[in-house]
Amino acid sequence: MNDDAQNGQGADDDDIILADLPDDELVEQMHDDLYDGLKEEIEEGTRILLERGWSAEKVLNEALVEGMGIVGIDFRDGILFVPEVLLAANAMKGGMAILKPLLAETGVKPVGKMVIGTVKGDIHDIGKNLVGMMMEGAGFEVVDLGINTDVEEYLAAIEQHKPDILGMSALLTTTMPYMKVVIDELIARGLRDDYIVLVGGAPLNEEFGAAIGADAYCRDAAQAAELAPRLIEERRRTAACA
Amino acid sequence: MPESVLIIACGALASEIDELKRSNGWDHLQLACLDAKLHNRPERIPGRLRDKIRQFKGAYDHIYVAYADCGTRGEIDRVIAAEGGGIERLPGVHCYQFFAGKERFAELADAEPGTFYLTDFLARHFDKFVIEPLMLDTRPELRDAYFGNYRKLVFLSQSEDNEVLQAAQDAARRLALEFEHVHCGYGELESSLRGVAVRTAIG
Repeated sequence: MNDDAQNGQGADDDDIILADLPDDELVEQMHDDLYDGLKEEIEEGTRILLERGWSAEKVLNEALVEGMGIVGIDFRDGILFVPEVLLAANAMKGGMAILKPLLAETGVKPVGKMVIGTVKGDIHDIGKNLVGMMMEGAGFEVVDLGINTDVEEYLAAIEQHKPDILGMSALLTTTMPYMKVVIDELIARGLRDDYIVLVGGAPLNEEFGAAIGADAYCRDAAQAAELAPRLIEERRRTAACA
Repeated sequence: MPESVLIIACGALASEIDELKRSNGWDHLQLACLDAKLHNRPERIPGRLRDKIRQFKGAYDHIYVAYADCGTRGEIDRVIAAEGGGIERLPGVHCYQFFAGKERFAELADAEPGTFYLTDFLARHFDKFVIEPLMLDTRPELRDAYFGNYRKLVFLSQSEDNEVLQAAQDAARRLALEFEHVHCGYGELESSLRGVAVRTAIG
């Protein structure tokens, strides 16, 4: 009989009590838990840090965003695949659900706003959802239009929400040309230069993005979250110089 | 004397191509397969294909690639063009399309965009090629992330094997999708290989 069993705790030697960890080790453990897609542990870690007086913004940036950054890098490098990233994103979602109301209360200004949707005729949303999650993690306000989004829905959303970025996703070779329909309509209405247009999806590549007149093609969610703040900064700098 | 032809194929097509070779007497067509698991890692197909082509180029009069684009964003075509020698591949974007035929597949996709497709191979190896790679065996809560927007599973069958049909029906039930069976036979896989076999039958 081991000591734990004798003490009636029944815990394995490997069990980690999150509340017992100092801040730095807890954050490191949360990075590991995000990597492993452990939603309940992320929720618990988030609550513990808040109880210790961390601001919601600090928890978001140091525990969640940094952790998802590691996931993003390993996804890009082919070490993690979609299932693991979905689990990590789901775990992050658990932490975000706790932080969101607090972030809203503190009035932290978002880095920017993005309207995103999967294009008309396409029901695939895994990539789009991951982008939304990573963008939220990077401090963006994200308005998700869902799947099968037609040009009128995109236009109504950008009219209503005035985003910095319009994001479009497609998984099918048959639906990706619809991105050009949306961009052409923006041009026709004289709205194209008001927004940064990012496109992504399995059958796309940089050449396609350039050919249809998007500002950038994003290979994956991590790249979108990395690229978006830079594009916004550039745009604001250009506007200030004009 | 027929010319020698090597078909470099996706492992998921091995039994279908073997059956076509056997039933048609295409003895001058030889078959070399890449791992069927590449189905789930399309970014790795072009490099492996290039290696295979280089391994056998010169040993055969012709090489034929039994892949469609298969999610490689044109990379298979770039590899084929770079290797020269008039190498051809199967038509279309994926096996669902060349089994069903371009028009029929477009009709199916238009009728229900939220459709998940299975071939004989995928129905036979549903756990190994769908459930396990998607981690649905250990994390069933991911089901909605993958299939939440899907309504239907269409089984594009090659054989008329009742066991495979049953496996496809079971797959639909496990994914909580409506089931539809469309018998395709070998579709454009057969017509394409027939074209190669006939052209090279007399050297």
